[in-house]
Amino acid sequence: MPVESHAVSSASELAVDIDGLVMAYGDKVAVDGLSMQVARGSITAVLGPNGAGKTTTLETCEGYRRPQAGTVRVLGLDPHRQRRELLPRVGVMLQSGGAWSGVRAMEMLDHVAALHAHPLDTAMLHDRLGLADCGRTPYRRLSGGQQQRLGLAMALVGRPELVFVDEPTAGMDPQARRTTWGLLEEVRRDGVTVVLTTHHMDEAEHLADQIHIIDHGRLIASGSPTELTSGGHTATIRLVVTRPFPEGAPESLGAELGPRTSVTQLDARSMLVTGPADGSTLRIVSQWCESHDVVPESLALGRQTLEDVFLTLTGRELAE
Amino acid sequence: MSAQLGGFTPAPGAAPFARQVATQARMEARLMLRNGEQLLLAIVIPVIVLVGGVLGAERLGLDLDGHQPVDVLAPGVLALAVMSTAFTSIAIATGFERRYGVIKRLGASPLPRSGLLLGKVLALLNVVALQLVVLVVVGLLLGWRPSLDNPPVSIGATMLAVAAGTWAFASLGLLVAGLLRAEATLALANLVYLLLMVGGGVVLPTSSYGAASAVIGWLPSAALGDAMRAALVDARLDLTAIVILVAWGVLGTLLTARTFKWE
Repeated sequence: MPVESHAVSSASELAVDIDGLVMAYGDKVAVDGLSMQVARGSITAVLGPNGAGKTTTLETCEGYRRPQAGTVRVLGLDPHRQRRELLPRVGVMLQSGGAWSGVRAMEMLDHVAALHAHPLDTAMLHDRLGLADCGRTPYRRLSGGQQQRLGLAMALVGRPELVFVDEPTAGMDPQARRTTWGLLEEVRRDGVTVVLTTHHMDEAEHLADQIHIIDHGRLIASGSPTELTSGGHTATIRLVVTRPFPEGAPESLGAELGPRTSVTQLDARSMLVTGPADGSTLRIVSQWCESHDVVPESLALGRQTLEDVFLTLTGRELAE
Repeated sequence: MSAQLGGFTPAPGAAPFARQVATQARMEARLMLRNGEQLLLAIVIPVIVLVGGVLGAERLGLDLDGHQPVDVLAPGVLALAVMSTAFTSIAIATGFERRYGVIKRLGASPLPRSGLLLGKVLALLNVVALQLVVLVVVGLLLGWRPSLDNPPVSIGATMLAVAAGTWAFASLGLLVAGLLRAEATLALANLVYLLLMVGGGVVLPTSSYGAASAVIGWLPSAALGDAMRAALVDARLDLTAIVILVAWGVLGTLLTARTFKWE
């Protein structure tokens, strides 16, 4: 039977369509009315701190969990009720584990390959992921980064239309991260949709066409990296002062800066200000400090990053 | 990037079910045989029990209902081997498969759960067959002469006992593995194996336990041992023992189906 790639493109343009998803464990709500879409052929990053609900969302898309409320469609299918139909078409990389402790790396990949109809050449895949030297190494003796790369190989080997990769570069050295990023970009170029979770903004910024930032199980921002960071036209100022700010400081500074600027208090002695990159912001901030008897310890000016976006939206740092 | 253009172009699809099951069975059998502890349990301990039992019995001049010790011990040791693989090995392997996320990962592959289970059963039967061949050879070398009164009945009854015993013990092994953490499964599966080997009527006939035999006779270990001895010592089918094994198999399967968690 020939491979019907045309059937794929004629279907819906959305690879993933999540609408109002709610997932709770006991009384702890992990996903709280999340709605988001993933376009076919894109790399989409789901960015958020640990515990934001990223893995739960992914596992619902993979059919491991039944949505408690809302709907989830993956490649137009219900991942829970039509799981058997869906699974051959998607590749899954779990956050950790997924192989017998005594199995050899190459043997494991060959095993997963044999469950598929038209698998990739496993030796080529091993090679591309820099695993050629440890093909005969038992899984338990692989480094964390090697286990991650094998996990990625297992997700790709069945030639899926869509891969879900959960924290693909956790535990990898910078070299392996670059290799992995290059591979994911190549996979996208060949028409595979990639959905990845990460809490590294550099990863999202480098790889993703589209970023969904989630926190406490809710979508708080979506857009391309350029859209989210205003294309570098937004300036950020991190202000750290010698003594705790007086009561109502963010509001008072915000009033002076005007509506195009936002002020987020990070802790007792630091604030993040984002606004137009035209020099006036910095001037107003230093004037405000002087008139409120606040002594700056440091005043760092920068281009807005995803980290700043996250900080502005939640008042918390993204990384643990 | 040097790979050929289009190397990852989607071409999804599941392999035919039979090929998936065969792949899974080969892998599981290979891993079972590669694992040192499991091999110890599957071959080494039964051989030690057989050789030690025969030498010990000869030294003590033990008489087992007028039979040569090896003739009684060999079928019991075959039963022990079935128990070790079907119960202990399966429980431990499955417990760690859950722990390491293997079952979860395969759950996202085209292999359905029925295929996973079928692969496990085929791997198990393969390993049991291998064990039986080795132990029969060792037994024959020690002078074992199975009953030749009615070979078709002996062979048929043996195969039925092995099949029913494998089913009963494998369902109980999966029950333990599905309920407990991997370490607890490891400990419990080994403990139960040891207790049954010593006091479960598997190596020695149930009748040799005196007053306790009335209780021991209901254990799957004793039922399997008795069924094997009936087949290979007396050339008959011990229907009671087979019914007891089937009852354990049904019970174990129902409980496992209700309680087993794949993750």
